[in-house]
Amino acid sequence: MRIDAADLHYRDLNRQVRQAVAEGEMELEIVNVNGQRYIADGVQGSVGMELHGVPGNDLGAFMDGPTVVVRGNAQDAVANTMNAGEIVVHGHAGDVLGYGMRGGRLLVRGNVGYRVGIHMKAYQDRFPVVVAGGVAGDFLGEYMAGGALIVLGLERRPGQELVGDWCGTGMHGGVIYVRGDVDPARVAGRFVAVRPVDDADRKVLTPHVEAFAFAFGLDVAEILEHDFLRIAPISHRPFGAKYAA
Amino acid sequence: MNRAVRVPIFRPNEFKWTHDPEKCARCKRCVQQCGFGAISWEDGPVSDPAKCVGCQRCMVFCPQQAITIDVNHRRNVWHQAETGGVLLTGMGCDLDYPILWDHLVLDACQVTNPSIDPLREPMELKTHIGRRPDRVKPGGGEEDESDIPIAPCLELESPIVFSPMSYGSISLNAQKAIAMAAAECGVMWNTGEGGLHEDLKPYSHRAFVQCASGRFGVDADYLNAGAAVEIKIGQGAKPGIGGHLPGEKVSQEVSRTRMIPLGTDALSPAPQHDIYSIEDLRQLIYALKEATDYQKPVSVKIATVHNVAAIASGIVRAGADIVYLDGFRGGTGAAPTVIRDHLGIPIEIAVAVVDQQLRDEGIRNQASIIAAGGIRSSADMAKAIALGADAVAIGTAALLALGCTLCQRCYTGKCSWGITTQDPALTRRLDPYVGSQRLINLITAWSAELEEILGAMGVNAIESLRGSRERLRAVGLDQTTCDILGVKPAGVGA
Repeated sequence: MRIDAADLHYRDLNRQVRQAVAEGEMELEIVNVNGQRYIADGVQGSVGMELHGVPGNDLGAFMDGPTVVVRGNAQDAVANTMNAGEIVVHGHAGDVLGYGMRGGRLLVRGNVGYRVGIHMKAYQDRFPVVVAGGVAGDFLGEYMAGGALIVLGLERRPGQELVGDWCGTGMHGGVIYVRGDVDPARVAGRFVAVRPVDDADRKVLTPHVEAFAFAFGLDVAEILEHDFLRIAPISHRPFGAKYAA
Repeated sequence: MNRAVRVPIFRPNEFKWTHDPEKCARCKRCVQQCGFGAISWEDGPVSDPAKCVGCQRCMVFCPQQAITIDVNHRRNVWHQAETGGVLLTGMGCDLDYPILWDHLVLDACQVTNPSIDPLREPMELKTHIGRRPDRVKPGGGEEDESDIPIAPCLELESPIVFSPMSYGSISLNAQKAIAMAAAECGVMWNTGEGGLHEDLKPYSHRAFVQCASGRFGVDADYLNAGAAVEIKIGQGAKPGIGGHLPGEKVSQEVSRTRMIPLGTDALSPAPQHDIYSIEDLRQLIYALKEATDYQKPVSVKIATVHNVAAIASGIVRAGADIVYLDGFRGGTGAAPTVIRDHLGIPIEIAVAVVDQQLRDEGIRNQASIIAAGGIRSSADMAKAIALGADAVAIGTAALLALGCTLCQRCYTGKCSWGITTQDPALTRRLDPYVGSQRLINLITAWSAELEEILGAMGVNAIESLRGSRERLRAVGLDQTTCDILGVKPAGVGA
């Protein structure tokens, strides 16, 4: 089914999407997307959506199962509190991606903004993953409690940092993998430790990098042959000593 | 940088525990009842003063009334000198700030304006919570300026809701007692930010489901299970401070309900790091409305702070259907004592200024106001509604009904009364059916008293009392406070 989003308010567009999903539609193509918010918000099931244009904030918020492919850039708060499913962005994406994300996967071909992966959490068999092909802004993985953030830094300009300041502040679970070097002084040393990846890390990392390479038609081996670093929390209880017991 | 090193200090005990061996039946019940492990048996009960928190469980359960507990010394400075830590506490502020409810009195009818006899006249306590359309189209149907769909209002049988208390901060039995009472009384309970436990789903049609910075237990099913969704920005006991459920309280069941790993800290930072402005708040409000197909009213809960009126106005303009105001006396499961006791403003002031601001801006119809944080009785409830609230929320009063003795040690997770603990040996002390009946009794009693008050005032529906500040008078308040409350001093007639 094809929906033309030109001149549609997000409420009207999303009503059409919800109705189509309720009627059992399995493939949706939405064209002329131009900043409409909340696409696939709270949508459950295994519908596939292909968006042409730039969707607005909160793409896939509370989403639970669908696959969304964006032929363009995405804005802020993609995959907010997402439960399951996959979002693939053929471009850059904005700030606060994957906030409180509990499961599923977000693949972004280009760069991601500030505050990505805040409060991500794993639970039982659910393990949220965000892969950024480019670089990430400040506060990556703040208060992160589970899952994996992977920053590949492909086509990085010389001198361009992989992650911004305050990476892993308050982090108490999960893991961040970066392809290349980070200056340990730039990650929050109070909360996280940095070391090269080992075989166990590679096992976690590889399938997601494979999925990324497959989605964007890139050479997996070339991406994986590079050195990766692991940034992980020192403690599951970072604030335990702050209070008078 | 944390330079603290524990340095023990010799100091008087906080509580004086005495036991009369003459009366003692040597049943050892005191030893069994103490959740804090303070009492041991050495040919008679012996209390470890370092562990006693004065919760009075042993005293109440002693069949011979052989135990007495007195407050001896507050020991905060000693405790900090010893540990170098931030002091924690539970429940609400207990400092001696003036309670403005006790400076406000209600009007009554005499001779010229007859009262209504609630013994034989129907009195309507039903209250509707949520957004009303800006205009009503003559001849039926609703017409709104915008075409934004309006979620149906919540219908409360009495203008009382239970305040948010998460599973984790309180035991499942305590939450179940509250949920059952809410369903039975036709009012609302609130999940807090702790998810919705499987056992409480039968009561979810009477629940606010909360979404806060930690997003604990929040998914599409959860959002649609409740009758309304609430975004928690702040809490009266700890304005500007987030939640922090220590890892040792994250049991298997709590982990399952919150959908987080076992034993890790459950951190809900104070700023929601996706909300730095009214515009950002609007984005989340509408994300929730979209996820629930505009079928659930969205509430935004804030702590009452200096600029509360402007903030509430922004919240309503951001699309909230309910503004939940939590005054500085509101309770908590855990907060730094210094924050609980010194930040925020009284709910009496906040209700008055928020109601006035929304009226002045012509947007009062767009949201209901719930007043919380220091509602101690049906009288406080009536006064809050006369000041401009649509309904009140009770937390501390509800826990008192479940047996709480206000020892303020909720944060330890050792509650001897089985309320704020996850220890199965302690939680089973609270029978949810018995607890629920006590809460039903409390709501029944307050509702009956509210009917008496309304009758005396000559008002036959609670919604007619809302915002009737003319029916309030101030006793012993300065003119500025009277002006802020919009209430005349006693002695000034109509």
